[in-house]
Amino acid sequence: MQTQKNDNWLFEISSKRKLIELNFKEIYQYRDLLVLFVKRDIVTVYKQTVLGPLWFFIQPLFTSVIFTLVFNNIAKINTGAVPPFLFNLSGITAWNYFRICLTGTSNTFRSNAGIFGKVYFPRFIVPLSKVISNLVKLGIQFLILIGFYIYYATQGFDIAPSVYTLLIPVYVLLMALYGLGVGMIISTLTTKYRDLSILLGFVMQLLMYISAVPYPMSELTDSSYGWVVEYNPLAYIIEGFRYVLFNDAMAYFSWESFGVISALALVLFVIGLALFNRTEKTFIDTV
Amino acid sequence: MSNIILKAEHISKQYRLGLVGTGTLVHDMNRFWHRIRGKEDPYLKVGAVNDRSAAASEDYVWALRDINFEVKEGEVLGIIGKNGAGKSTLLKLLSRVTSPTTGTIKSRGRIASLLEVGTGFHPELTGRENIYLNGAILGMTKAEITAKIDEIIAFSGCEMYIDTPTKRYSSGMTVRLGFAVAAHLEPDILVVDEVLAVGDAEFQKKAIGKMQAISSGEGRTVLFVSHNMASVSSLCSRTIVLKNGQLDFEGDTEDGISHYLKNHEGHIRSNVQRWSKANQPNDKGVFLTSGRIYGKGKSEDEPIRMDDEIILEYQLEVDDLQRDIFVNTQFLDDNGSILFATTSQFNETRSQSNENGKCVLRMTIQKNFFNQGEFSTNLVVKEHVDGKNVTLFSKTALLSFIVTPRPIELGRWMGKSKGPLRPDFDWTKEFISNE
Repeated sequence: MQTQKNDNWLFEISSKRKLIELNFKEIYQYRDLLVLFVKRDIVTVYKQTVLGPLWFFIQPLFTSVIFTLVFNNIAKINTGAVPPFLFNLSGITAWNYFRICLTGTSNTFRSNAGIFGKVYFPRFIVPLSKVISNLVKLGIQFLILIGFYIYYATQGFDIAPSVYTLLIPVYVLLMALYGLGVGMIISTLTTKYRDLSILLGFVMQLLMYISAVPYPMSELTDSSYGWVVEYNPLAYIIEGFRYVLFNDAMAYFSWESFGVISALALVLFVIGLALFNRTEKTFIDTV
Repeated sequence: MSNIILKAEHISKQYRLGLVGTGTLVHDMNRFWHRIRGKEDPYLKVGAVNDRSAAASEDYVWALRDINFEVKEGEVLGIIGKNGAGKSTLLKLLSRVTSPTTGTIKSRGRIASLLEVGTGFHPELTGRENIYLNGAILGMTKAEITAKIDEIIAFSGCEMYIDTPTKRYSSGMTVRLGFAVAAHLEPDILVVDEVLAVGDAEFQKKAIGKMQAISSGEGRTVLFVSHNMASVSSLCSRTIVLKNGQLDFEGDTEDGISHYLKNHEGHIRSNVQRWSKANQPNDKGVFLTSGRIYGKGKSEDEPIRMDDEIILEYQLEVDDLQRDIFVNTQFLDDNGSILFATTSQFNETRSQSNENGKCVLRMTIQKNFFNQGEFSTNLVVKEHVDGKNVTLFSKTALLSFIVTPRPIELGRWMGKSKGPLRPDFDWTKEFISNE
């Protein structure tokens, strides 16, 4: 009787913790909260602005124009069959998704300390809501990308979707996993010691330049520092994204590398989740 | 009914004092080094007792230490203790904001707390949108909120602004809206922290009323934190008292409150004074040996309740029993202003004099005379000699005592009524015919 009684506790709060714990049932219970968080993230960004959601378009477009000017017109980087502007736009769209997932997640604990310090809900909801709301933003930006894609295709450029294009959702998922994984790792490291969050700002900027965003990986093969890009999994994602999108013969793609980056994404995600679980219980004491 | 819904087993919580800096990194590394070798955390062995006013002697403090208690389903458990005793830490652990350093809390129901006023409000969202967001954060589903939204808006009293972003709200309105959402939660276990009741006087009354209504009705399990002894004694069947992070008392509410008032209220409370031969206040052969004030039928240690008769006694030793010695005594409130004075000169009833020269001057104060609060007495010992009153000696703040509230039947207002005195007078209601 006694033992049976002890078994049906709804939950236990204790200092001991499992290494990895993702309570899907609980997250499902809080699904309304997830939806509201996503809505909040999207709706509030451009409240009290005149252009509103148009700002979602402006940033990637302007960046692409500048990149095209600097890297393609001045530095004369060859983008192959893909028109330089479209090349840059696709890279930036993909990179942006990874970047905002990572930065959004990495702030989880610090920027939500006020809520986390008062009430319990599954903490994982917050990074998850970031990834989903960013997915909506990605979707909007993707529409422009498609617009320009069609425009350039009708202009006679040799770009066309292939059967590989079906892999695009997989690439989006990979970017989300990298963003979440690395973001969660950073978020746990910055709760007590804030040094890393200072670093993050400019590291993200630098990281973009070694992730094959404004240039194809083929440009680097004989460069002495090329290994920096070659060992960067993100470069393979950006490059692969362009390959499946444009069927770009110049872009690097192999199933081996695809397998490796997918495995790495899962590993990072699991490590991130483990650290996140460890931190979420007591971070409020040290934040 | 008697199912245990919540159980705390040996919970302790350790906090680090001071700032986070390079020094903490060293500790963290040491901790990590111990852990990978499978050893115990070295810093769990140290740690000072949580006494707010003592000087910090160590880097770690135990905000809570080895707390055990159980809550039965449908029970209203009071939690009292002075500031910094660990009440809020306990609530934080119960509401799963942070986890205990050691020990386990087991629960059979959802816990929600009424202290999260306006948690997660986004300034750019309208009041209505924030009700949904806040409600969801507190664990309600969208359907639950939709069912209650009209009630919530009405309770908040912010109908006019409900579709305006909350950044345009006054801070009071934000609090109202936040509390309105929290008050409409329906968890299995509700944590109510009355200490944090906010807003203007009108709303505070409304909020406390609501808290009390929730706590008393529906047979819900409630953990009730308050400094208001009247509401604790009226609402709670059982009470735990925290002191310096430790469980000081657990049991019946009445006993808990008197335990708390006896041992916890900061400064020295002396409802009994006795002097040894050497330092008795005296003049011209008149000695004061003791003074005490207590509730009739109670021991000196027990606090006086509003509905006790109060007895004040002074014991004097006089060299010559024929001398006409009398006392004036004044009663003061906790601000030190005199409420009234009374004298034994004209209305004392004398007993037969005895030979040892000792006498006791005793007065009785009717029940339900003082309001709840802290009081003290001054004493002047006088002699009537040669048709004149001569002061022999006087003592200020001789005795002090507290009067605790009497339990009030549920549903009535439980705040403190105004003024230091609260005498019960006879009122009549006469119906007069028109003739």
